Amino acid sequence: MIAELGQYALMLAFGLALIQGTMPIVGTRTNDAALMSIATPAALAQFAFVAIAFGALAECYVASDFSVLNVYENSNSQMPLIYRLTSVWGNHEGSMMLWISILAFFGALVAVFGSNLPAKLKANALAVQAWIAAAFELFILTTSNPFVRIAEAPFEGRDLNPILQDPGLAFHPPLLYLGYVGFSITFSFAIAALLEGRIDAAWARWVRPWVLGAWMCLTLGIAGGSYWAYYELGWGGFWFWDPVENASLMPWLAGTALLHSAVVMEKREALKVWTILLAILAFSLSLIGTFLVRSGVLTSVHAFATDPRRGIFILAILIVFIGGALALYAWRAPLLKQGGLFAPISREGALVFNNLFLVTACATVFVGTLYPLALEALTGDKISVGPPFFNATFGPLFIPLMMVMPFGPLMGWKRGDLLGAAQRLLVAAIIAVVAVAGAFAVTHGGPVLAPFGVGVAVFVMAGAVTDIVERTMVLRLPLGATLRRALGLPRSAWGTAFAHFGIGVTLLGIIGVTAWGSERLAEVKPGGSLDIAHYRLTFDGLFNRTGPNYKDVVGHFTVHRASGELIGAMEPSRRTFPARQMATTEAALMTRGVSQIYLSLGDPNKDGSVAVRLYFKPYVLLIWIGAMFMFFGGALSLSDRRLRVGAPRPAKAKAAQSKPALQAAE
Amino acid sequence: MTSSKGSVSKVDGQHDAAETARMTRKQRRLVLIGGSLGVLAVAVGLMLNAFRDSIVFFNSPSDVAEKHVGPGTRIRLGGMVKDGSVVRSDGLRIRFEVTDGKAEIPVVYQGVVPDLFREGQGVVAEGSLDNSGVFDADTILAKHDETYMPKEVADALKKSGHWKDDYAQRAALPITGANK
Repeated sequence: MIAELGQYALMLAFGLALIQGTMPIVGTRTNDAALMSIATPAALAQFAFVAIAFGALAECYVASDFSVLNVYENSNSQMPLIYRLTSVWGNHEGSMMLWISILAFFGALVAVFGSNLPAKLKANALAVQAWIAAAFELFILTTSNPFVRIAEAPFEGRDLNPILQDPGLAFHPPLLYLGYVGFSITFSFAIAALLEGRIDAAWARWVRPWVLGAWMCLTLGIAGGSYWAYYELGWGGFWFWDPVENASLMPWLAGTALLHSAVVMEKREALKVWTILLAILAFSLSLIGTFLVRSGVLTSVHAFATDPRRGIFILAILIVFIGGALALYAWRAPLLKQGGLFAPISREGALVFNNLFLVTACATVFVGTLYPLALEALTGDKISVGPPFFNATFGPLFIPLMMVMPFGPLMGWKRGDLLGAAQRLLVAAIIAVVAVAGAFAVTHGGPVLAPFGVGVAVFVMAGAVTDIVERTMVLRLPLGATLRRALGLPRSAWGTAFAHFGIGVTLLGIIGVTAWGSERLAEVKPGGSLDIAHYRLTFDGLFNRTGPNYKDVVGHFTVHRASGELIGAMEPSRRTFPARQMATTEAALMTRGVSQIYLSLGDPNKDGSVAVRLYFKPYVLLIWIGAMFMFFGGALSLSDRRLRVGAPRPAKAKAAQSKPALQAAE
Repeated sequence: MTSSKGSVSKVDGQHDAAETARMTRKQRRLVLIGGSLGVLAVAVGLMLNAFRDSIVFFNSPSDVAEKHVGPGTRIRLGGMVKDGSVVRSDGLRIRFEVTDGKAEIPVVYQGVVPDLFREGQGVVAEGSLDNSGVFDADTILAKHDETYMPKEVADALKKSGHWKDDYAQRAALPITGANK
C-alpha cells in the first residue's frame, strides 16, 4: 500500500512538472502574470509529492517490506536502523529518488526565497528546473522504478553491499547530490537569462549563494568520499583517479571557476557571457557524472551492470539538456551586452587566470576520463588511463594556479599593483623558502621535488594569512584598532582567506603522505612484531567477535613507541557477511597528531599467523582538514550580508578613506 | 540600489576611458586570447605526453597470444582465476593462472590479494610478462565484489565463447548506489 502510494505520488509529481515546465514560460512570452505565478505553488507541490514518494520508499526500507523488489535486493531485517535507512540510496533506483528529491527541494527553496526575484526570471528558472525534474521522473518511472513488487514476498532480504554498510553512506551520497543538483539552480538561472536575453550584475548576486552552497556540499561530499575510501578499501589510498571520482571532481572544478567568475560579474559586470557558459558547464558535468555512475559504462565499484535502456535514457537526457543549453547559448549569448574593461594585471585578471587554469585542468580530467570510453567505442581497444596520466597533466596545471592564488586577493579591481602585491607577499615567500629548507633538512628520502611542493603549500597558506594581516593591519595598529578592523572586514574576505588556506592545508597533506609515507607487507605470527616509522606493533593473536549481521576475525596488536612507551592497541578485522557470503577488510587506524598508522588484515593462515598491510601515513589528515577549511570559508562567505539579497549596501565612504587594499575588500 | 549602481558605472566609465588610452580593448583581448591559447597548448602537450607514457591496454589471455604482447610491455590482464591453480608460498607470494577458457597465463604476485580474490572469480591484474611467459603482476584490482564481473572480463569471456548465463545473472544484480 505504502509503495503504491509512493509510485502514485511520483506520477503526480511528473504530471505537475510538465505543467510547471510549460505554463510559466508561456506566461513570460505573453506577459501573463497569472500564468507566470503558477511556477511558485507548482514548485512547492512538486517538492511535496516527491517527498511523499521518497518517504514511502524510506518507510518500506525501515519496515523491511521485502515484497518490494528494491528493498529485498538491498536490505536485510538484521541490519541496524541507520543502515536500513541509508540503503534507500545505496542502490540505483533509490539513489535516483534521492537525486530528484534534492532537485525538488532546491526548486522549492527558489520558490520560497525567490520572492524578490524579477517575476520573469523566477518563472523561467523554475520552469527549467521542472524540465529537469520531469526528465528524471520519467527516467525513474520507466526504467528504474523502486516500487516494483514481488509476487511472493521473501522472508529475508539480500542485504546491503557490505562495503556500503558504513556511516559514510549516510553522508557522502546526499552531500554529493546536494552539490551536483545544487548546480541545477545556476543552470536554470542561466537558461532563464538566455531565454530572456538579459543579464546583469544582480543576476550574479542572486546566483552566487546557490553556487556557494552547492560548492560547499560538493567539497565536503568529495572529501568525505575520499576519507571513506581511505579507511574502507583497505590499502589507504585517498584518491584513485577512478572515473567516478573524476565525475565528482569535474563539476567541482567547474563550480570553483564559476564561483570566482561570478564575483567578477557581480562586482564589475564583466565576464557575463563566460559566467553563463560556466553555469551551463558545471551542471552539464554533474549530468555527465550522473551518466557515468548510473549507466554502468565504467568498470568500477560503482558500476551497475544492468540493462542498457538506462544508459540510453540518461544519454538522451544528457544530449537534450547539454546540447539544448549550448545551442541556446550560441544563439542568445551574442545578445548579452559586453561587460566592463580591466587591465590584465588586476583582481579580474587574477580571477580570469584562475578560471583559465581551473577549466583547463577540468578539461584534462575530462579527456582522461572519457578517452577510454571513446576509444573502446571507436576501435574496440580497451585501455585504462590511470593515476600517472592525471599526475602528469593535472599536477603541472595546478601548481601555477597555487602560486598565483595568494596574489589575487591582494590585487585591486580594474588595475592591480603587481609589485605592491609581491612586496606584501614577501614575508609569506620567506616563510615558504624556510619551509622548503626545513623540509630538506628534516626529511629523508622521498622525491626531490617534494620539499618544493611543501614550499608551495606553505606559500598558499601564508598568503591567505597575509591577506587578513594586510587588511587588519596587525602589528601596525594598536590591538583594539586591529580587532575593530577584523570585525569590520566583510565575511566574504574571511571566507576567501579560509578557503585559500584550506587549499594549502590539503596540498600539504597530499604531499606529506605521498612523499614520505611508508608501507610494509608482512606475515606475522602471534608474539611477532613489526616496525614502521618510529613505532613498533606487536601481534598478540586473533579472536572472534559477532556483530548484528556479520562475524569478525579480529587481530589484536599492541603499539609501542620505538622508545618502548606503550601507546595503545589496534584491532583490524576481517568481516564476513553471511547474507551475501562476502568479506570486507576493516582497517584499524591510530591517529598520531595529523598522521595515522594504518593497519589492515589479510587472510589468517592455519598456524595462527596472518598477512598484514601496515602503513604510516604522515600528515594524511591534513587532506580532509583542508577541505573543512574550504567548507568553513564557503559558509562564512555565504553568511556575508552582501549575499543577502535586499540588504543595504555597506557604506562606500568607509572604504574610500582607507588604503587600496581595503577598497579591494568591497 | 539601482541608483547607487548607476553612479558607480559612471565612475567606471571615466576610468575606462583613461585606461583605454594605455591599452586598447583589442590589445587586451589579444592578451587574453593569447594567454588562453598558450595554456591550452601546454595542456594538450602535457596530455599527449602523458598518453604516450601511461596508457595501459586490457588483454585477455587469448589476446596476449594473438597480439604477441612482448615481455616488458605493461598491460592489464583479465580473466577468471583458474580453479585449483592458486598456490601460496612464503613471503606473501601467490601464483595462479588466469584463463578465458581458450588460453591460460600464469601470474605471480607478491602482496595481500583483495578480499574478493577467489578461484573461479573474475580478476584483473596489472603488470607485464617476463621472458619465460609468466605474468608478473604488481597490482591486483580490488574494485569488484562477488556479484560483479569486471566488464572487460565479461566481454573477453563472451568473445572466447565461455560466457555462462549464470555470470550474466550474477552481474545483473545491483551493486552499489553510492558514489564511493
